Amino acid sequence: MNELPQQLADGLALGALYGLIAIGYTMVYGIVQLINFAHGEIFMVGGFGALSAYTILPDGTSLLLAIPVMLIGGAVVSVAVATAAERFAYRPLRGAPRLAPLITAIGLSIVLQQLVWGFYPGAKSPVSFPEFTGDSFQILGSLHISRADAFVLAAAPLCMLALGVFVSKSRSGRAMQATAQDPDTAKLMGINTDRIIVMAFAIGAAFAAVAAVAEGLDKGQIRFEMGFLLGLKAFTAAVLGGIGNIYGAMIGGVLLGLAETLSIAYVEHIPGMAQFGGGAWKDIWVFSLLILVLLFRPQGLIGQRVADRA
Amino acid sequence: MRHRSLLILTTVITTGALTLTACGSRDDKSGSDDSKKGTTVVIGVDAPLTGSLSALGQGIKNSVDLAVQTANKNNEVPGVTFKIEALDDQAVPATGKANATKLVGMKDVLGVVGPLNSGVAQSMQGDFDKANLTQVSPANTNPSLSQGDKWGSGDKKRGFKTYFRTSTTDVVQGKFAANYLYNDAKKKKVFVVNDKQTYGAGLAAIFSEEFKRLGGTVVGTDSVTVKETDFSSTANKIKSSGADSVYFGGQYPEGGLLSDQIKKAGAKIPTMGGDGIYDPQFIKASGEANDGDLATSVGFPVEKLPTAKKFIADYKAAGYKDPYAAYGGYSYDAAWSIIQAVKAVVADNGGKLPDDARAKVTTAMSKVSFDGVTGKVSFDEFGDTTNKQLTVYQVKNGAWVDVKSATFED
Repeated sequence: MNELPQQLADGLALGALYGLIAIGYTMVYGIVQLINFAHGEIFMVGGFGALSAYTILPDGTSLLLAIPVMLIGGAVVSVAVATAAERFAYRPLRGAPRLAPLITAIGLSIVLQQLVWGFYPGAKSPVSFPEFTGDSFQILGSLHISRADAFVLAAAPLCMLALGVFVSKSRSGRAMQATAQDPDTAKLMGINTDRIIVMAFAIGAAFAAVAAVAEGLDKGQIRFEMGFLLGLKAFTAAVLGGIGNIYGAMIGGVLLGLAETLSIAYVEHIPGMAQFGGGAWKDIWVFSLLILVLLFRPQGLIGQRVADRA
Repeated sequence: MRHRSLLILTTVITTGALTLTACGSRDDKSGSDDSKKGTTVVIGVDAPLTGSLSALGQGIKNSVDLAVQTANKNNEVPGVTFKIEALDDQAVPATGKANATKLVGMKDVLGVVGPLNSGVAQSMQGDFDKANLTQVSPANTNPSLSQGDKWGSGDKKRGFKTYFRTSTTDVVQGKFAANYLYNDAKKKKVFVVNDKQTYGAGLAAIFSEEFKRLGGTVVGTDSVTVKETDFSSTANKIKSSGADSVYFGGQYPEGGLLSDQIKKAGAKIPTMGGDGIYDPQFIKASGEANDGDLATSVGFPVEKLPTAKKFIADYKAAGYKDPYAAYGGYSYDAAWSIIQAVKAVVADNGGKLPDDARAKVTTAMSKVSFDGVTGKVSFDEFGDTTNKQLTVYQVKNGAWVDVKSATFED
């Protein structure tokens, strides 16, 4: 049986998830050149927000009705946390040396993780998340796409489309582009850059919340520590695609997801490479790919050169 | 370009920082209530008290606490009051090592119960051995911990005189599982997955070898990474390999997800694992039905042992927040063996603790023998338990049910 279509579909779904989280890293970096390491935790908090919204709903609510509520609940919580973080943790440090906000971000990520661990009921171990019932969709015989994968495969392009239109067409979006190009001049032109920065954090957080709902629906559980590894992978995706570029983040994410699944499935079939295949070597191949890309295109796959900016 | 290197540098730093900051943060206080008459002996506990394995860790801590309280109440060792000092290792070897150093530094600690993970144990053994401090693990199953790295070729050598355990090893467990899957469940083609950790990889290797020896086929192998959640690619490989069963060497967080994703991929085959997946969380934390999945675990079900009735009743009466979980009985027995060793040492020394109490306790451990919660507790020449009881559990209607208990004979 040919399993390639299946592996591609799964890689795409995983990649779309990475991409959704990577948007948060890339937007913030594009505008304030800050690597927001707390973003993985913003993602995690979004998951718990969505779960809380779900528990408020009456029992027996259909999941299709519940998903919009969960998305809103997750987005509200993660946007609130992200904007609060921006206001109270990052803004006071805006003129400070680069290392200061970076360390703050790491500290913030630990704080958020421990807060959820300590105060969310039952969060000390994995918490159950509602799942789709019913079988996965069968396409062309052997290819099956689970409902949760279908959700993320639909949500990611929709979100990207909305973001693309917003950035290129709307007034705020253009203000955002201007701020990214040159914050000082943008300010002189009458753009409220503080508002734009908050907006970048908020959009990233909302995307992270969508990703968190997708992750919860797919795995049937969320954990207080899930933001760390996924955040790191998404950050890698953002760098791979070119940090600062929103399309780069999504492309980087998809590429990373595909590279992971395909290296698990196929490296071991290359003659002489049997011992380098499987899940054990996945990260080695993925990061070799990252190093190769950065060697030949230091700005990432479709990133812009950023060196001349600062 | 400087930004680029900053990016890479920060990735590395964050990874390191986040690992390190996970270390415990308890204050150092031990043996401070000398105001009370008599001697205080501290039994250290090292287990993952937080994180995804905390369900097991809390059970270990509470069970040791129960043993200590029982000893104090019965005045088990006259003139000696026992206390526990529980440290959190978060299932991270480096944290376990830091905890070991800490416990060695506290002079009242005469024995340590823990850790849960074989990989963590590896990082602690050396420190305890140098300090002559007895360590009894209720859960480690990797054979090399007690029998040296070359145990497989028959060249067994005890590396650390201070290391003991109340749980059986993976040699016994892996073979027992292979026997059950091949002879009782009648599965002939297995796909083996491990989590690359000391425990998981070791168990998977022993299982594979025995399964092949019995006549079965291992149709494929793969590894997953701890703390990751997406194993769909591995699941697809399993499906297209045509396996009729899966053996997973690892812990329940990954095991539960793997089993779910295999079933979601469309392969309706059972996943079997060791004591690492034998936990309610394996079933609970994810929605997909795990019915039919199998796990072996050390010992007979605690609920079914006549010797364990008192333990279960006492545990309930003590009102602990978390259940005793898979290793409660073994943790109680581990703590009790240390208490018995202390008792022997104190009796030998005219009712007082000798100056070299740690060394004496270590020597006394090898002579310990009593009827514990899990049956007869004593240790062989490697520090391994002489108790080789095992049980196969199966998920039925969302709960683990024991399907076969036996004493393993090689």
